Amino acid sequence: MAEFTLPKNSVVAKGKTFTAQEGTKNIRRFEIYRWDPDTGENPRIDIYELDADLCGTKVLDGIIHIKSEIDSTLTFRRSCREGVCGSCAMNVNGKNSLACTKAISDYPDTIKIYPLPHLDVVKDLVPDMTHFYAQYAEIKPWLTANTTPPATERLQSKEERDKLDGLYDCVLCACCSTSCPSYWWNSEKYLGPAVLLQAYRWLVDSRDENTEERLNQLDDAYKLYRCHTIMNCTDTCPKGLNPAKAIAETKKLLVQRKA
Amino acid sequence: MMNKLAIFAKGAATSATRHWLMQRVTAIILIPLTFRLIVFLNLCMTAPYQETVAWLKSPLNTICIEVWLLAVCYHSAIGLQVVIEDYVANQERQVKLIKAINLSFLFLAVAALFFIFRIM
Repeated sequence: MAEFTLPKNSVVAKGKTFTAQEGTKNIRRFEIYRWDPDTGENPRIDIYELDADLCGTKVLDGIIHIKSEIDSTLTFRRSCREGVCGSCAMNVNGKNSLACTKAISDYPDTIKIYPLPHLDVVKDLVPDMTHFYAQYAEIKPWLTANTTPPATERLQSKEERDKLDGLYDCVLCACCSTSCPSYWWNSEKYLGPAVLLQAYRWLVDSRDENTEERLNQLDDAYKLYRCHTIMNCTDTCPKGLNPAKAIAETKKLLVQRKA
Repeated sequence: MMNKLAIFAKGAATSATRHWLMQRVTAIILIPLTFRLIVFLNLCMTAPYQETVAWLKSPLNTICIEVWLLAVCYHSAIGLQVVIEDYVANQERQVKLIKAINLSFLFLAVAALFFIFRIM
């Protein structure tokens, strides 16, 4: 059965508190999930009080400030710092998002940060994305054509290209997939909203010639139909995309094909 | 593997898409039919026995109630199958439960139809 309680070694304990220096005017409090696989200890929540005047405006700036100035052992992924790479996806105050696009001022009180839900944790805020990427590879996220390549580029009309808007923009941060309860229960078999959004991106690409094969792959009780239109994916997407709509459109394509 | 599990829903289990589609189709069918069922239930509780049977004997009402019965049993069976697939990870237990659910609703549908024909 699905597990509804945490196993003993996953129960989160109280951790260290790093208080701000006296005289700090603009104190912001961060509570951050910490887990080190090397110690064998349970995960804990460390509390950091930082001077918001000394760091940038985004949540990621706060975390970088903590690592640079307060606790260098804090581990997390980050790269572009402008919502393009998807590396800093984490759960901020209960909602998955990119830490680099969320302003500290958006959160009035304590900022609670956890790794993306329901993925194995490598360390602290770093989740294991291996399975997620393997699922992405499964849908062949590249253009597949059986005909002889033309001498020039494969051209698309403006209308055909417009169909890809809202789909190609996905940065594969996994915020949507890890916010989906269906993905929590059945991530071994269900592809999840991020991968299904990408699957749809190739289904509607006018240059791809294997739509039928792609649809055959998705016509599966688990791979696609575990989606019950909960719509956490669309609610949480930090890029404002709509994976739930892409999934619904995929189901429509499958039904139309049957008819 | 799930394709082999459906006992009285062969058509719906030939593909995942058809299974999903049949859930929606039966749900839509059930909306108008449920209004007819409410009339029937109201008669059962308030009207004399003869009047209720006479209402049921009208061909339109007979068809409505029978289709409602079949649709609701089918809809429930395929709906519960999805719930079991969601929450029961153990494959063996999952197969057994789905079989049990399908058999239960098949029995329920046959019994209900039998008793309706018996009182008419």
